[in-house]
Amino acid sequence: MQHPRPATLIAELSYQCPLHCPYCSNPLEIGDDKYRRELDTEHWIRTFREARALGVLQLALTGGEPMLRRDLDELCAGARDAGLYSSLITAGVHLTRERAEALKSAGLDHVQISIQSPDPAENDRIAGNRSFEKKIAAARVVKELDFPLTINCVLHRQNLDRIEELLDLALELGAQRLELANTQYYGWAVANQDALMPSWEQLRRAEEAVQRFRERVGPKVDVLWVLPDFYEDLPKPCMGGWGRAAIVVAPNGDVLPCQAASTIPGLEFANVRDHRLQWIWNESDAFNRFRGTDWMQEPCRTCPLGRQELDFGGCRCQALRLAGDAAATDPVCRFSPHHDRVVAARESAQTDELVYRAIKRPVRA
Amino acid sequence: MTHPRLVTGARLQYDEVREEHVLLVPEGVVRLNPTAAAVLELCDGERSVDEIAGALSARYEGPDLRDDVQGLVDGLSQRGLVVDAAP
Repeated sequence: MQHPRPATLIAELSYQCPLHCPYCSNPLEIGDDKYRRELDTEHWIRTFREARALGVLQLALTGGEPMLRRDLDELCAGARDAGLYSSLITAGVHLTRERAEALKSAGLDHVQISIQSPDPAENDRIAGNRSFEKKIAAARVVKELDFPLTINCVLHRQNLDRIEELLDLALELGAQRLELANTQYYGWAVANQDALMPSWEQLRRAEEAVQRFRERVGPKVDVLWVLPDFYEDLPKPCMGGWGRAAIVVAPNGDVLPCQAASTIPGLEFANVRDHRLQWIWNESDAFNRFRGTDWMQEPCRTCPLGRQELDFGGCRCQALRLAGDAAATDPVCRFSPHHDRVVAARESAQTDELVYRAIKRPVRA
Repeated sequence: MTHPRLVTGARLQYDEVREEHVLLVPEGVVRLNPTAAAVLELCDGERSVDEIAGALSARYEGPDLRDDVQGLVDGLSQRGLVVDAAP
């Protein structure tokens, strides 16, 4: 059977990170020995070539903090040789002028810097690390070296009301793109759901601010804004569909259909140390388990809106967490028998206490 | 828009796997038909829209392509993929 061709490779180079963001999408087990056995340079570069042969054009170098890999220059050069367009997804705290110049020479195409809040003190509180000034300095270096710059901010109840400051900061920094990523509740965000879940009123005001900004600034800054799942009543095509558009490689070489797939019991992930990416994409159990529509249950199987090939049943990890079954309809869907759990979660925002992402011991701001 | 160029960081490439031209931009891929690819190859910030149209008409010994080139450049400009090289 002919499978669709992937367009994106998400390379999680390392789960080490100087930040402790309480919504991190990395697995809770980032400190496990298996994730400390990181791939060698040669593994990654072979993976880049195999990904290109499968059809991948976009490479996200992410983590954790990808700049903690000492071979990052070599990896960027390998990506360029393979014909991939590379994006560095970084917290920015290690992105000095010297490092940025080396990455530019190596062939890195694009830099995305995360900001936790446009307010310096709030940024540092959410990140669990004094990092705001370094991030701003890094963004300026990126612009001076003529990289395209994306600013990314994960949004939640504690920073959504600063959206206008955030939009203005992105404009002032010369960002070409601003990714406004409403928190998704995987990984560390699950533990913090009550402290992060926004109100409908906050989201409505933020959406209006985005609309005004787009009208004022035009296409110079591409603002990505998507309403969070918990306020929708039809699911999104998670990852563009399981095994359809994207490949995730964890620091140890495990290959996953999405960053959170390791939470699904019974899925076994092939590793690039043992298998070619072509085999993993086409033949492995993990990529075929929820591919297409044959695996679907009711109400997806006879979807009254005929959306099986539009949303692919939504998110498998969310189905597991809220319906107790990774093969169930995503409870975001209004036809799911568990949709009431999504509605109830909207009302649950009760605390401002954060649980910080940590590899060793918890760090409190 | 007088002297179009690709937005910073955009890269034209031929995708041997899908056998088509693509414009690679930060975290995006724009699939191009051969005509669009030929126009974008000439969007270097030096040539005007008229010069791009003239070069293509000469290359293909075809009719006046100015309106087609202008339409394509305007469309890509509205999406932020092509910008004016003039300050």
